[in-house]
Amino acid sequence: MSDTLLEIKDLKVHFPIRNDSLFGGVENYVKAVDGVSFHIEKGETLGLVGESGSGKTTIGRSILRAIEPTGGKVTFNVDDESIDLSQLSDKEMRKFRKHLQLIFQDPYSSLNPRMTVRDIIAEPLVAQKLAKGKEVDERVQEAAALCKLNVEFLRRFPHAFSGGQRQRIGIARALVSNPQFIVCDESVSALDVSIQAEILNLLMDLQEKLGFTYLFIAHDLSVVAHISKRVAVMYLGQFVELAPTKSLFHAPKHPYTEALMSAIPEVNPDIAMTPVELKGEIPSPINPPSGCRFHTRCTYTQDICKIKEPVWKEVEPGHFASCHFVDTLNLQGVEMSSPAKSPLTGKN
Amino acid sequence: MEQSKKSTQDNLLEVKNLKISFKTDEGIVTAVDGIDFSVRQGQTLGIVGESGSGKSVSTWSIMRLLPKNSIIDENSSIQFQRKSGKTVEITKLKTKSKELREIRGGEVALIFQEPMSSFSPVYTIGNQIMEAVLQHRDVTDQEAEEIAVDMLDRVGISNPRQRFKQYPFELSGGMRQRAMIAVALSMNPSLLIADEPTTSLDVTIQAQILELMNELQKDLGMSIIFITHNLGVIAQVADEIEVMYLGKILERGTTKEIINQPKHPYTKALIKAIPRLDHLGERLTAIQGDIPSPLSRPVGCPFYTRCDDVISGVCDVKMPEPTHLSDTHTVYCFLHEEKDV
Amino acid sequence: MTSNNYPTLPPPEKDLNESEEAKRYYSASQFQLIWWRFKKRRIAKIGALVLIIMALSGLFAEFFGPYTGTTRVSESVLVAPQIPRFCNSEGCTLRPFVPSTISKRNPETLRMETKVDPSVRRDIYFFVEGEPYELLGFFPMNTHLFGVEEGTIHIFGTDSLGRDLYTRTLIATRTSLSIGIIGVIIAFILALIIGGAAGYFGGWIDYVIQRLTEIVRVIPVIPLYMGLAAAFPKEWSSSQVYFAMTLILALVGWPTLARRIRGKLLSLRGEDYVIAANLAGASPSRIIGRHLLPAFSSYIIVDLVISFPYMLLSETALSFVGLGLRPPTVSWGVLLQDAQTVRAIEQAPWLFIPALFVVVAVLSFTVLGDGLRDAADPYQV
Repeated sequence: MSDTLLEIKDLKVHFPIRNDSLFGGVENYVKAVDGVSFHIEKGETLGLVGESGSGKTTIGRSILRAIEPTGGKVTFNVDDESIDLSQLSDKEMRKFRKHLQLIFQDPYSSLNPRMTVRDIIAEPLVAQKLAKGKEVDERVQEAAALCKLNVEFLRRFPHAFSGGQRQRIGIARALVSNPQFIVCDESVSALDVSIQAEILNLLMDLQEKLGFTYLFIAHDLSVVAHISKRVAVMYLGQFVELAPTKSLFHAPKHPYTEALMSAIPEVNPDIAMTPVELKGEIPSPINPPSGCRFHTRCTYTQDICKIKEPVWKEVEPGHFASCHFVDTLNLQGVEMSSPAKSPLTGKN
Repeated sequence: MEQSKKSTQDNLLEVKNLKISFKTDEGIVTAVDGIDFSVRQGQTLGIVGESGSGKSVSTWSIMRLLPKNSIIDENSSIQFQRKSGKTVEITKLKTKSKELREIRGGEVALIFQEPMSSFSPVYTIGNQIMEAVLQHRDVTDQEAEEIAVDMLDRVGISNPRQRFKQYPFELSGGMRQRAMIAVALSMNPSLLIADEPTTSLDVTIQAQILELMNELQKDLGMSIIFITHNLGVIAQVADEIEVMYLGKILERGTTKEIINQPKHPYTKALIKAIPRLDHLGERLTAIQGDIPSPLSRPVGCPFYTRCDDVISGVCDVKMPEPTHLSDTHTVYCFLHEEKDV
Repeated sequence: MTSNNYPTLPPPEKDLNESEEAKRYYSASQFQLIWWRFKKRRIAKIGALVLIIMALSGLFAEFFGPYTGTTRVSESVLVAPQIPRFCNSEGCTLRPFVPSTISKRNPETLRMETKVDPSVRRDIYFFVEGEPYELLGFFPMNTHLFGVEEGTIHIFGTDSLGRDLYTRTLIATRTSLSIGIIGVIIAFILALIIGGAAGYFGGWIDYVIQRLTEIVRVIPVIPLYMGLAAAFPKEWSSSQVYFAMTLILALVGWPTLARRIRGKLLSLRGEDYVIAANLAGASPSRIIGRHLLPAFSSYIIVDLVISFPYMLLSETALSFVGLGLRPPTVSWGVLLQDAQTVRAIEQAPWLFIPALFVVVAVLSFTVLGDGLRDAADPYQV
């Protein structure tokens, strides 16, 4: 039953850095995404976490070709066809866009303030001529209803709405063309906690109802864990670990994943935080460290890490990691569900 | 019931009936609506709230750092105990007075979310710390430099002598936040206001900064007001927590009381809305509706429009009186008010 | 998926419970928001009103003025402004009048001197028939807003050839404002094409255009004007000179506008909602038409209004030093040529009245531009 919707092979996005000469020769490259391979199954949510500068946003945008990938293949399986998105011309891509959508982070800048909500939601339909006349309005109203937007709202402009409502408008725009695949790029991180929960619930409901496939990008591990079936951890343009959510959080195989998880602030004041110390800061993606890219900050680093790049291998079924000591390290995960102990949900 | 009997002597800061409004094109907007709180010596008070709750405005007013169109109500009182032992009424000070200048930076320091904008881009980090030191302490340039380097070292910046000569843009976000803490602490303030200091940082860096602040507080013994929207962060740093919503305090108590036995429906909902790693796959409990605009603030309890337990005819009429559940735990909710409702 | 796969959900919020005012605000378009904000700026509104009055009085100059621009009255040369009044020694009336003046050459100094004769009233009548003219250049008319039955009325005085300064100033207002408008429009079209290409395409096109605008911008303006104006053949008619002037003003004015348009476009191109339109499959023309241009329009209007005073001042300065428009064309600069000499300052200070118009117009444009700029981005709070 596990149909692959999207297969990404060796995806690379390098941004040239131009020098100051008259015609701006290329001096170097920022390797934002540097050889990433993974697949996404139909109807699943793949979470993608990483710190700022890890290249997670670039991955999402380059799959949608909002940023042109430098290399690699993005194969999309739709209607019994396999299409390499990176090979499509701009015009062909435009026709294909109805299958792919993006939900932005900032609910303020992502809606054109000069268009009515109806026109904003209708944009994919009108721009690609997917519907005409009355049908446009019908589909816009349906999309709005799915996102719990009042029909009255359609006549209004974005300035009438709060952050949460705007984000729902953005989601309605994303689903109106009935896409297969939606990239959620930090889609809840700009929202207040109470609104965030509502949008997460909405995204999950829509997936259940309409069978969407999500690539859910965020820096907040708890949010990603909550919505995703599998989670990939990214560091300096590469994946360091990819596993089913429970397996990743319960038994991480990469020291970076361990460090990230230990840094999540614990809500329960009875549990003291013991963050694994990460040395220094994230290095520049222009000149990533040799060998394992994480060796400059890793607590378990040894000589081999500086020289040899670790292999991306399947440690357990479906659990991938790239670390030389994947089999020997005993890393600390998160205690899974112990509701009886937790006062937070035990009481009402 | 009387307010807790603890002597008010060890209160560094005592805020009473603070009301702040802003004059805007759309009329007068009340951002903070009659709140009381106090900060004890050497303790951390956490203030949690979502956007529009007035959490920043209420604390920035302690330094009188509010925009020109703001109005502090004349019945408001902010009593601050100075290092000399004298208590001053901050709302009565002139904005340009010497006393206020001495308090700002010298006794109350502020760190906030965006460390880049708190530094001037044209001076080195070291220069900016030195200048702060020179303004508030009677020291020579040489001594000020020593203090600055020492401070940089203390906030965990490696190679402090070298960093001293660097410009803000040469530091990473985490380093800049450390440098801002260094500036704030170089004058040895008795109160540090931290306004979402870790919100724009990555989790790993955030964990480092929180640890640093806890350590520094132990060493220097200052009081901290920590403002955030993140309950996880506040649970780790605060001794006491205050929950704000639309300019009102809804609940106040020790961290354990607030997190483990929340009483106000809003606090309960807020805690339940956080996705947690130990409860994967459970549906989140969202709070219905949206935060009302401060322009159309509800009458009565500000949360009644979204509250599941709303008592119509009561909650939408007047703000509930405080109910003291313990010496430290106070809730503003009709559900808990003594049975005379 | 067909549309009937969607479940039908009831509207989530039962009743919206909003005031009419809020509803109006929520469904207000960009220009409505700008207008509401602009209405709150009183000084800018005054500026706009002044400019409208100026433009109307310029447009219908011959109607508002009692004479035509070329009428010469040889017996009233350099007459001082006659201020309408209601009273003289014989009492007051409701009908305004000007006192009669007599111009005579002083036999000793050989200067023309005007003497006011307060005993003779010249009543002012409204909608009087007078010299024929063509309204807006099309409709032959001879009705003037006001006039006197006997003698003459010169509320701004006359020049050394006995022409009515008031009428001429109004005609000059028309010339100067129109030259500014046409200049701004040409400059703007140039800027939109050039700056728009640079901003939209980016890359080497942007690079070349940027360098080109820099070159134009560093050319010193006065010598450039002088060179171009000197190139006008003497035998050109005044209307040819007029259009050449607008072209010169536009050629000097476009680079500043082009740079702003480019900058705005570049920043708009990176806006999330433009990226969203791209991802929605919108074609470049749709993105430009639906997203970039509307976002732009308010900036364009503001920029145009702000660049107006430069055009006005350039035209006035050039004509004043004799490099721009030439008589018989009447513009503010041309009128001020008469006020170049010390003699003029001493004997006929009223010849400076056109300068007052320049100052008022420039000020009005500036305050209007400021007000528009503040109102133009209604989405910044």
